[in-house]
Amino acid sequence: MEIARRPRVTFVQAWPRSIAHMGAVQSTRASAGPLMPDRPTGKSPHEPTAFADFRDGVVATLPAMAAATPFAFLLGALATDKGLSTLETGLMSALVFAGSAQFIVLDTWQSPAPWLLVGLVTFVVNFRHVFMSASVLRHMGSFSPGARCAALLFLADENWAFAEARAARGRLTVAYYAGLSGFFYLNWVVSTVAGAYVGRLIRDPRAWGFDFAFIAIFIGLIVGFRSRPGFVVTVTASAGTATLVHLIQPGPLSIALGAAAGVLAAAIAAGPAGARR
Amino acid sequence: MSADTLAAIAAMSLATIATRFAGLIVPAGFARRGRLEAAFEAMPVAVLAAIIAPTVLATGWPETAAALITLIVAWRSPLIAVVVAGVASAAALRALAPML
Repeated sequence: MEIARRPRVTFVQAWPRSIAHMGAVQSTRASAGPLMPDRPTGKSPHEPTAFADFRDGVVATLPAMAAATPFAFLLGALATDKGLSTLETGLMSALVFAGSAQFIVLDTWQSPAPWLLVGLVTFVVNFRHVFMSASVLRHMGSFSPGARCAALLFLADENWAFAEARAARGRLTVAYYAGLSGFFYLNWVVSTVAGAYVGRLIRDPRAWGFDFAFIAIFIGLIVGFRSRPGFVVTVTASAGTATLVHLIQPGPLSIALGAAAGVLAAAIAAGPAGARR
Repeated sequence: MSADTLAAIAAMSLATIATRFAGLIVPAGFARRGRLEAAFEAMPVAVLAAIIAPTVLATGWPETAAALITLIVAWRSPLIAVVVAGVASAAALRALAPML
């Protein structure tokens, strides 16, 4: 009970901004350099093998996985407190796989659950995926249509952000994306189920700064994009708008409106000819 | 397993999949130049900045200060160091805040 009460505002606030990860540590680093080849440039003589790409993806996502685990435990405990069975808890994580939406819905869970309202809330909270999928699809030219759909099913803040960072410095491959997503997904599902049993041991991940792991990952990734044209304009418009909206109406709207403002500002700043460097 | 709970989980799942598939309606080759291209290029930064901004700018001074430290570290260091710096500074400053 205490767990469900105390961090109440906390998860909702910590989570949505928390879930993203980054690509491999090395790739993110590299993306801080010239960001040029945004488009696949064909095979290089040193084309990495699929296994190497997969492994890079897994390594990239490790810090995000470590940071997500305490939140997954907490989510499992919250679901149990709200009366969900372990099977239902696992099913929700497996089929939804979106931490912020799961926290918000479970925080206001009623029994019997109003499915229409729950669906609408989830749609609003996850609306940022619309931008994310439109953007990442531009880098999935080498994916088959089936692989593209499968990849989108597993799209979350973290693997998306790492995929973008990877694409900014080279080629995004199916293997790399699979490395980013596979274990991250399994870890999320398994850890929420485990949380249904042991989640009560975790008090408040915020006190240990775990939520800040996601913030730090995102800051690192944003900085990696710093040589893009319109970078400062985009960050200023997006962060300013999101903060303003958050102060007026805390909730997922701040992400959608902030992102829209950032994108719009970049388009205006670019001029009709675009921003090709 | 209650039917209401299952229906709610199914609704959540479908709503989420709809947002994840939304990008598919953008035609391939769209936004290859001009302002539209600039808009798409800006998307990662715009979305990430919007996700973190309320926590960083409107939660409290420990979060803002920790983000600033993280930003400085991020300018030069690999991501793993950035994460360590972020978590450590947030935990330390939050612990410190009530004492001031």
